[in-house]
Amino acid sequence: MAHDHHEHGLSPSGHPYRSDNDGPLTYWQRMEIAVRELLIEKGQLTPAEITAQIDAMDARSPANGATVVARAWTDPAFKSRLLENAAEASREMGFDIGPLHLIAVENTQDVHNLIVCTLCSCYPRNLLGLPPDWYKTRAYRSRAVIEPRKLLREFGVDLPASVTVRVHDSTADMRYIVLPARPEGTKHMSEADLAALVTRDSMIGTGLPRRP
Amino acid sequence: MTERVRVKSLCPPGHVRAPWYLRGKVGEIERVLGRFGNPEQLAYGLQADSRPLYRVRFTMAELWGEAAETPTDTVDAEVYGHWLERL
Amino acid sequence: MTDTTGRRWHDMGGQEAGPVPMEGHDFALWEKRVDALMVLCSGKGHFTVDGLRRALEDMGEDAFEKHSYYERWIAAINQNLVEAGIYTLEELGMRMDEIARRGESYAEAQDD
Repeated sequence: MAHDHHEHGLSPSGHPYRSDNDGPLTYWQRMEIAVRELLIEKGQLTPAEITAQIDAMDARSPANGATVVARAWTDPAFKSRLLENAAEASREMGFDIGPLHLIAVENTQDVHNLIVCTLCSCYPRNLLGLPPDWYKTRAYRSRAVIEPRKLLREFGVDLPASVTVRVHDSTADMRYIVLPARPEGTKHMSEADLAALVTRDSMIGTGLPRRP
Repeated sequence: MTERVRVKSLCPPGHVRAPWYLRGKVGEIERVLGRFGNPEQLAYGLQADSRPLYRVRFTMAELWGEAAETPTDTVDAEVYGHWLERL
Repeated sequence: MTDTTGRRWHDMGGQEAGPVPMEGHDFALWEKRVDALMVLCSGKGHFTVDGLRRALEDMGEDAFEKHSYYERWIAAINQNLVEAGIYTLEELGMRMDEIARRGESYAEAQDD
């Protein structure tokens, strides 16, 4: 899919790195610096806490979710624990997801799941990292609940009429991850190789896993 | 045994988490999620009551009528108990 | 902020909209810092995610259209910290003014 890049020169989020320190100082950047300095001076935060938090967020990426998905594809007992409580299953695999409440929804031959937040941009960031920009747009938030099939075609996913689409609007305290269906022809693949097939978009529902 | 609920058609002016497109619509409780702080109090820095939260499933036919893209497709959303009427 | 039917601007589900813009960007350092301030300050109980959303919603649709995601977020964080009494608007205003005189770029405006 056009937005699901994996070429060199792109960050783990799939987008070009942005230079940030050389443009003219903006009003909002001044506000960030001021807020941060005031919090530090008043003993509310330390610079080390801020750095550690940025590092923790940078370490989260769709690769974490891909590992969870690949485990579910290869371990039926894990898969049932994931569908029972995806937050606990992710923690069991060693991911620090903080207080996240996570629900996994399973794609099958008959069901395709799609995640959205129509009210803001809730996303399972503690597992998958920060959301892609398109997830936060008016177009995605508006259309996902009324014309998901047309929307999915724009993402390159054309679903047959025999498949039911289930859209999940993250309106409150839960976050969602799609457990994509395991692609055919992957019977003898290792868990690590399977994880490499799992794209970010396949866990949001706007994509399908890669084919081996 | 599925439990049918209707989302209340209220429109107070502040921060609420019941989306507009669901108000007045009928769905089925998909699962009970437990109790969470009421966002309508948390948003204003107030001590929050704990409120039950439900995942409610709506059909596209219910939400959009004739305009539904595929009537049997669904939308699931989390709705707090104080926004729901049992049918 | 509210149209005649009572729907608030941020409540977008089912509204008409065009194609999804697929372009994106990776985050700048200042944006990552805003994100970190949000997580840390809410972890310390200075505000809730609902408090942030309330501030973002109350900024109105113009802010959504004109300002970037993390620009709106730092404004919402600030609004909540002022309300929580962490610092005053006077302190903020004076500090932002001082920062403007430190240099032309984000890097030059750091106090280090």
